[in-house]
Amino acid sequence: MNTAEATTPPPVCRAGEGAMSIRKVGKIYDPEGVHVVALNDCSLEIAAGEFVAIVGPSGCGKSTLLNTIAGFDGLTSGEILLDGEPLATVDKDPRPGPDRVVVFQHGALFPWKTVLQNVTYGPVVQGAMSEEDANKRAQEMLSRVGLNDIETAYPGQLSSGMQRRVEIIRALINNPKVLLLDEPFRAMDTVTKSASHQYLLELYDATGKTIFFITHDLEEAIFLADKVLVMTTRPGYIKKTLQVNLPRPRQYSMLASEEFLAMKAQLVEAVHEEAVKAFEAGEREMA
Amino acid sequence: MARAATMKGASFGYKMRKFVASKHFTRGTLAVIGFFVLWQAGSMGLMPFMHAIPTPVTVAEAFWEFMGTGKYWQSWMDSTLRVTYGFVAAQILGIPLGLGMGWNRNFKDFTYPLFELMRPIPPLAWVPVSILFWPTNESSIAFITFIGAFFTIVVNVLGGVSAIPRQLVDAAVSFGASPRQVFWRIVLPATIPSIVTGMMVGIGITWNVVIAAEMIAGNTGLGRLTWEAYLAGHTPGIIVGMISIGVAGYVSSMAVKMIGDWLMPWKKVF
Repeated sequence: MNTAEATTPPPVCRAGEGAMSIRKVGKIYDPEGVHVVALNDCSLEIAAGEFVAIVGPSGCGKSTLLNTIAGFDGLTSGEILLDGEPLATVDKDPRPGPDRVVVFQHGALFPWKTVLQNVTYGPVVQGAMSEEDANKRAQEMLSRVGLNDIETAYPGQLSSGMQRRVEIIRALINNPKVLLLDEPFRAMDTVTKSASHQYLLELYDATGKTIFFITHDLEEAIFLADKVLVMTTRPGYIKKTLQVNLPRPRQYSMLASEEFLAMKAQLVEAVHEEAVKAFEAGEREMA
Repeated sequence: MARAATMKGASFGYKMRKFVASKHFTRGTLAVIGFFVLWQAGSMGLMPFMHAIPTPVTVAEAFWEFMGTGKYWQSWMDSTLRVTYGFVAAQILGIPLGLGMGWNRNFKDFTYPLFELMRPIPPLAWVPVSILFWPTNESSIAFITFIGAFFTIVVNVLGGVSAIPRQLVDAAVSFGASPRQVFWRIVLPATIPSIVTGMMVGIGITWNVVIAAEMIAGNTGLGRLTWEAYLAGHTPGIIVGMISIGVAGYVSSMAVKMIGDWLMPWKKVF
């Protein structure tokens, strides 16, 4: 899949957009009752066009953070800014929008729509493009990732790797400022996963979008991202920031390099501590 | 739609030939033949309790006789119409009700308790009030069939709406869909499989119900035909009636299944 070189004009990209500031964000579920603190004083900065990966133990609040950015969930303290504009604050009702689209963990292609209808859904429903223009644009984008012959197939007929590719294209056609990926490759076998990394990186290199990527696979995080953030167990905040200085485009040979292994060792240690804490907290809850 | 067309493209004739050549068809045919052999053996007194049943040949003769009468075809017509009225009315009222209950919490709060209170009442328990309330026998029988299909479709649609994966709605909203667009373009299509299931179950129930209702309250129809044969002591006639009901139910299930396949092209993979 050497589509990166074949890429003629890259998708419209307003360079310099998609910088995010997450400032002292807190999220408490059911404050009157069970009072679960999912996020507490969680702060991070994401530069425009940066690829950020968040790792942490299961249930640590990674998805909660993503949901507050996406606008599916409100926050109970702090604020989130997108390009300097307040995106989410305590007083503001959460509002999802096509400027920060999500690719979901379990996939969210509409099974009753064909691949082409899925991809054009966003621009058509927003009224941003006519159906004809949207079709043309979708066809262009699909053929760029080698999916031009499956336009009329339904998602159920595609492999999981293809489904994810379609889903990422469906997100990118909206020309979002930020792409939010919630463990998109979680359920994949190793081969499909590494192919998926390859095309995601190609799309990233071609579009320069800001990417917010949740995973619990540490190698995946280092291999893809510019910056890996370790989140603590609940209440979640950013405990460690790891700058990944591997050059782009990333090569698989890097996975075995000294530098890569050293970074992985750091992350393993940081995440392991949190996993143990999470496990013990779980035991306490059970007792 | 080129690809979908080629997948559905295999002609009906081709599919039939392929089906007839398959082992599934052979097994089914063998089972039906075996059934008739056992039946014949039973009627000849070779099995206990079955000597009172007329032989397949006698029944076939009676069938031929029935088919020559206008009354037989009129019975088909009457029962089919009652099923159609009751079934269609149940879909027209039940699908929106189920969608409404699944989609709007306030609406569900008001309707669900009452619905659940009425649901356990069997359709046949509605016969007396139905005869009292409705002006004609026809309308009361159609109403009873309606009851049979109505609760089934509502329960299925409600379940279908509740089971829509959250991320489908979230995805649509984040692409900029308004609540109205989410309802028409996400909730409705996502519920179609449950609607079709409800229809499949419902059509079977309406046939059960219409036959019973005709035996109690009707003057015509396949159920009445069967009952009259019993009253006349015409045993082959009873069996003819029963087989006719079986065929009618089978044909209408097939019809509903075809509607389902047409509504859900995405489920028809290869």
